[in-house]
Amino acid sequence: MAQYTITINGKAQQVEAAPDTPMLWVLRDHLDLVGTKFGCGIGQCGACTIHFNGVATRSCQIPISAVGENPVVTIEGLSKGQDHPVQKAWIEHDVPQCGYCQSGQIMSAASLLKQNPNPTDQEIENAMSGNICRCGTYTRIKKAIKTAANS
Amino acid sequence: MTLIKTKYNRRSFLKVTTASTGGIILGFSWLASCSPTPEQIKQMPDEWFNINAFLKIGDNGIVTIMSPNPEIGQNVKTSMPMIVAEELDVDWKDVIVEQAGYDIQKYTRQLAGGSQSIRQGWQSLRMAGATARRMLLEAAAKQWGVSADELTTDKGVISHASGKSMTYGEVASAAAGIEVPEEVKLKDLKDFKIIGHPTKNVDGPKIIKGESLFGLDYKADGMLIAMIVHPEGFGMKLKSMDATEAKAMPGIKDVFSFNVYPEGIEKQWSDVNAFPEQIAIVGNSTWEVMKAKKALKVEWEYVEGTGESTTNYMESLSALMTKDAAEPARKDGDPDAAFKNAAKTIEREYSAPFLAHNTLEPMNFFANVSADKAELVGPVQTPEYLSKTIAQVLGMPEDNVSIMMTRMGGGFGRRLYGNFGVEATMISKHVGAPIKLVYSREDDMTQGTYRPAYKVKYSAAFDESNNLTAIKIKGAGVDGSPVFENRFPAGALDNYLSENHNLVSTISTGAWRAPRSNFIAFAEQSFLDEVAETMGKDPIDFRLELFDRAKSNPVGENNDYDPERYAGVLKLVKEKSNWGTETPGVTRGVSAYYCHNSYVAQVVDVMMKDGKPRVQKVWCAIDCGIVVNPEGALNQVEGGIIDGIGHAMYSAMTFTNGVPDQKNFNEYKLIRHNEAPLEIETHFVQNGIDPTGLGEPSLPPVAAALGNAIYKATGKRLDGQPFIDYLGEAIELG
Repeated sequence: MAQYTITINGKAQQVEAAPDTPMLWVLRDHLDLVGTKFGCGIGQCGACTIHFNGVATRSCQIPISAVGENPVVTIEGLSKGQDHPVQKAWIEHDVPQCGYCQSGQIMSAASLLKQNPNPTDQEIENAMSGNICRCGTYTRIKKAIKTAANS
Repeated sequence: MTLIKTKYNRRSFLKVTTASTGGIILGFSWLASCSPTPEQIKQMPDEWFNINAFLKIGDNGIVTIMSPNPEIGQNVKTSMPMIVAEELDVDWKDVIVEQAGYDIQKYTRQLAGGSQSIRQGWQSLRMAGATARRMLLEAAAKQWGVSADELTTDKGVISHASGKSMTYGEVASAAAGIEVPEEVKLKDLKDFKIIGHPTKNVDGPKIIKGESLFGLDYKADGMLIAMIVHPEGFGMKLKSMDATEAKAMPGIKDVFSFNVYPEGIEKQWSDVNAFPEQIAIVGNSTWEVMKAKKALKVEWEYVEGTGESTTNYMESLSALMTKDAAEPARKDGDPDAAFKNAAKTIEREYSAPFLAHNTLEPMNFFANVSADKAELVGPVQTPEYLSKTIAQVLGMPEDNVSIMMTRMGGGFGRRLYGNFGVEATMISKHVGAPIKLVYSREDDMTQGTYRPAYKVKYSAAFDESNNLTAIKIKGAGVDGSPVFENRFPAGALDNYLSENHNLVSTISTGAWRAPRSNFIAFAEQSFLDEVAETMGKDPIDFRLELFDRAKSNPVGENNDYDPERYAGVLKLVKEKSNWGTETPGVTRGVSAYYCHNSYVAQVVDVMMKDGKPRVQKVWCAIDCGIVVNPEGALNQVEGGIIDGIGHAMYSAMTFTNGVPDQKNFNEYKLIRHNEAPLEIETHFVQNGIDPTGLGEPSLPPVAAALGNAIYKATGKRLDGQPFIDYLGEAIELG
């Protein structure tokens, strides 16, 4: 066990955890931020996507010891309320079915649009193909990203 | 106007209280996930009045509607309350939806399966709303000294021709004391204001904020985390375990082996479990338990033999294809004679692998077992069955077992089988503490309850004029045959034979989205495409001819479909897709299937690029009767199509000596964004027929439509899944 001070959603947090504890479990078990989801634990499904130093990253692959001063943003901190353009577009297109993957999808989409405000279809597919949606909402996700890009 | 007797399940309509105080909601609101949004809290009433088990009305006119069935992503948490709200005649914006817990006293069929929630809930949900509306009318009529029949309602306001009006909120207190009517009137379909109007997912705002909704998100005071370790392969059991190191690791409370179902338990159909004895690891946090799991030293041994491998059971299935069943499942005319006298015959054997459900939220469940009661919270499609089993394994009355269903991160049939709920119960009982059982992805994928592996052989006979004279179907599965003997093309053929074979296995199987249909539709609709080609006919025209025959002069008596509705969706998709037109570089395939009481036809356009097919567009025509929520319905249809394409193209579970070859998503391929269809266009048949299934029916036909389109591009018939394993060959030929 070790003591860490990490910055989550703009707030400094004290966490006592083993150095190899993935951020996914720090967020879910230690900080009660359960919007970041567990899907595979090996960085293959994207359900645990957070913004690490501003970039979409699989939180199951970052041990707490590697976080340092890099800011972490989770779905809970993406916006105040639900007014991020991506979140609004998700509602407009009624994207979710079961909804489990959608935090990760939204975090990947928000990161994409930050780096590339007007992505092509190909660029959307490239950026989003690390996020599995088992229910198959892919066509709606693509439409929602385009709506968010235009807003 | 339909009159309906309310006697059916009248317990649901018994008044719970005449006037509850201060916004307390019985026992329903025990999950944060059920609580209203801040926007809703702003408009919370001072007092709620319970009208029946499905709804309560606040003094300010806000209505809370309980959604009785488990929500697995099929959107019933929106569509079921819409039906209640319609008959109650309130404004949807004044409705708050809450998930009901399992309560057989109040609700019927709290089950998510077989695409039946809306179909089987249709009457009782309408009745719940209509009964409450009538009670509100009678209360208002009493106050005004008029007959309730003279009153009308609109968006939660009751009016009389004299000009008097009153809101539901104003009369709710009095309505709660009105006798439940014996008979109520249901709305005419033309008067629907909510049903048939696109309505957004009620949990959408919580989902996009990442709020706690799912079983895996659940927390309780003093809760420990538990994980299981099951044998690494099917047909294996625990030989020995050394937990010394694991037990000594930080945060670990206990490591022990346990029997999931104690001796003498009478298992129900939902109690599927390939591994009777498992190991539990219990600790403070998920990561600590995961680490202890890695440190655990376990040896497994085969119960007998050396376990099953994919090559073995696929060969055994092929061997069954050469045998005749003792009794056919169905025989019309004289198929043997038709084949004997045939001028030409064609035959094709189709196969598909085991599939895992792979819900993105792995199996999990919370259990808190004490001496006299058990409290369970989690994702399960069959709370009624789980409740019965839990009561049995704990030896306590079912009344002492409570189950709250959380929103589920996918179901697809996997959560019909509640072994994980039983495991959580046994672990909580053993450690004497509340625990949340969490499966890793690997635990989940290698645990079983798979879609069976299948083979089916179709044969067709033609006379000298190239007329189709007979079809024979021989199906086998591990385990269970995929053949539905009374479905199309039975009824449209003078000579028809279908037979079933079975292969028993240690690999456990269960229902997977559109059980059996998910495979047989692929085989049947691929084969009919080949038959049409052999006859030189257009594949849609050929199918329509068969439906004409089944309608005008059906063969046999138990034909399980309506040929007119079947033909209807084919004609609709033909029109919408401009069937017969050609786009350079694009090939098309068609398919149609009926299951879960609904009819679906699809046209798929494919473009081959670098040897890989990419679906350009899918047209889908569907007849599922009245569409309650067109927005959610479209989403379901699109999801079913993408799910069907994905699994046909990419997915498989295979085994080596009983051990799964795929354990996580690096080895088991699911469809991703860059492989999804570019566009899906769905058309619903407009009719006033009571609603039928929608969660499953769009999946089964799409594999054949895709395969038929790929055939047009490559000249190779795809008869095995996943297609990627067969495409290499196709491309060389193409």
